[in-house]
Amino acid sequence: MDIVNLTIDNKPVVVKSGTTILEAASGVGMHIPTLCHMKLEDLNIENKPGGCRICVVEVEGRRNLAPACCTDVSEGMKINTHSMRVINARRTVMELILSDHPFDCLICAKSGNCDLQDMAHNLGIREIHYKGEQSTYREDTSPAIIREVDKCIMCRRCETMCNEVQTVGVLSAINRGFESVVSPAFEMNLDHSVCTYCGQCVAVCPTGALTEVDETGKVIRALSDPTKTVIVQTAPAVRAALGEEFGMEAGSLVTGKLVAALRRLGFDHVFDTDFAADLTIMEEGTELLNRLGKHLAGDKDVKLPILTSCCPAWVKFFEHQFPEMKDIPSTARSPQQMFGAIAKTYFADQLGIKREDMVVVSIMPCVAKKYECGRDEFKTNDNPDVDHALTTRELAALIKLSNIDFTALPNEDFDNPLGESTGAGVIFGTTGGVIEAAVRTAYEVHTKKELPKLDFEELRGMEGIREATIDFDGLPIKIGIAHGLGNARKLLEDIQAGKSEFHAIEIMSCPGGCIGGGGQPYHHGDAGILKKRQAALYTEDKNKTLRKSHENPHIIELYEKFLGEPMSEKAHHLLHTEYFDRT
Amino acid sequence: MPKIKLAENTVQLIKDICKEFENKESELINVLHQVQSKLGYLPAEVQEVIAKELKTSVAKVYGVVTFYSFFTMIPQGENPISICMGTACYVRGAEQVLNEFKRQLKVEVGESTEDGKFSINCLRCVGACGLAPVVTVGEKVYGRVAPTDVKKIIAEYKNH
Repeated sequence: MDIVNLTIDNKPVVVKSGTTILEAASGVGMHIPTLCHMKLEDLNIENKPGGCRICVVEVEGRRNLAPACCTDVSEGMKINTHSMRVINARRTVMELILSDHPFDCLICAKSGNCDLQDMAHNLGIREIHYKGEQSTYREDTSPAIIREVDKCIMCRRCETMCNEVQTVGVLSAINRGFESVVSPAFEMNLDHSVCTYCGQCVAVCPTGALTEVDETGKVIRALSDPTKTVIVQTAPAVRAALGEEFGMEAGSLVTGKLVAALRRLGFDHVFDTDFAADLTIMEEGTELLNRLGKHLAGDKDVKLPILTSCCPAWVKFFEHQFPEMKDIPSTARSPQQMFGAIAKTYFADQLGIKREDMVVVSIMPCVAKKYECGRDEFKTNDNPDVDHALTTRELAALIKLSNIDFTALPNEDFDNPLGESTGAGVIFGTTGGVIEAAVRTAYEVHTKKELPKLDFEELRGMEGIREATIDFDGLPIKIGIAHGLGNARKLLEDIQAGKSEFHAIEIMSCPGGCIGGGGQPYHHGDAGILKKRQAALYTEDKNKTLRKSHENPHIIELYEKFLGEPMSEKAHHLLHTEYFDRT
Repeated sequence: MPKIKLAENTVQLIKDICKEFENKESELINVLHQVQSKLGYLPAEVQEVIAKELKTSVAKVYGVVTFYSFFTMIPQGENPISICMGTACYVRGAEQVLNEFKRQLKVEVGESTEDGKFSINCLRCVGACGLAPVVTVGEKVYGRVAPTDVKKIIAEYKNH
């Protein structure tokens, strides 16, 4: 590997050739500001259009300023990252960007979390010298994501996520010059496109151009209605991230405070989606063993591998892109929907109330969950099993709105019966977690032996596609894992081509799984945060007394009192679903 | 956007053109050129077929179609009229000529007449500045066009 010597702000620096000025500078503690550039380490995700020009630096002997994000270092380079010429240029660039940006920062959904706002602040912009036409574009509202293209600065981060990472291909830059916008084909609205609502565009948007549909108002209304019993479920990944919204260290586990906050917000019962995750394992695990049993018995028609079906964006992805394979994923509903179905039947019966008088709110790391709970098959007499899905961010907003001092809250426990969960339910929030949870139960059900070890390190990690073979007491079970829809596509194409040897595959749409969901606190380009959240979930799992879904006493009771057994007719009606060809 | 169904042979034609370029995404612009030269325009349904054949997204194809002013999603008339709006033509009165075409044909730039006979487009310099202002109808070039000539030019094609 060639070595390059250069100086950055008079400091001698030695780096490998092929390093960008931006990377070299960060190595010596000079953090050159960037806006369009984004690099998510470990996930192999980079957006580097060199378009915004905020990162320009002065290179001695070079006529013009160089964009640090996409200029490689060379031998003997002398770089100044904050000369007057550089600062003036950055300010001019920022003023030009702002000259075509709406001035509604005070009431913008992204205020306080906006990279553009932060950058303008850091550059000390106090006046905009350029007055001109402002581009305008209609607002596009879908069930999950709102596009306010007026606020787009054409950084193309969303395009990178949608095309290269997720391979969904909804967003592209269209038209040219002043008229150019990022849009679906033919400028159609998102809800007419093949958008999966994974929300990765929202997760990386540096401005308020892409945000989630805000449902906090509806939840406040429900909570203040004395005729309604309002219950809440919170997804596993929320507890590993919510603290960040209150200045806590990334990876802080805030399960107890989360419960306390929800109780103070006025929810009548504070439950856990992890309970429904355990239930998912009972159904999905049984389905896996059934298909496997038939396969081993020589049934040629049985579909393998079985694919997980917890992720609504993934479901919508294959309905649009691989409809001919819609009989391969498990028919098990997602934990969110299983919870809703059980809450409005089993639990409503226990309370002696009608489903119409119960409001189920879910707290999700996800924006696609907003879309999922609106799907027709999850409604009875037009009443949805889950009424409102809030993102982790929306919950934080609700807590702040209600004057709750989150960090000072005591730790409290979930209510029963839908609040009890095992460690297997907790790890649903990370890539590899659903399949590990399934293995823990499927192994014991199949072999009728106790697992010697519960931690399946071979299933964990951040690699986009992982595979492992688990020994089911002499029967080797081949497992595949993909996170990010682009990786999922690769595994699907293998199945299509008859090249797949897996028995079961776990798929999560978001890089990292739900911990990196589109509804989580913004990572602002720091993928290290995702790893910390992942570690937090494995810690929570380890600290649980019960770590296998089939040992959850309230799950056992639910089957004894209500469902019968996994895959029973009742379970099928309430906990399973069907998929549709959306082409 | 109203959907039109493409005829089988149109779909085949598009597929053949894509195949000529080895179904490479990098050949998108060439494919669009060829298809437009055969069909006269690039409606949404055509772009969908191209995207599928080149294994790229429709959004990306649409992005390219809308970036280059040469590509059009509106059917051209049988006799496409182009008025040069390059600097030389413009200063010698191309705008008045354009306005006269619009007035006589009752269409805007980029549109076709109801009978499909004519469409109007503007372009930038055909390299005949000495003849400014220049108008082309199909392959034929008209030089030093004055608004008073417009009626005569249209009449040439009326009964074709």
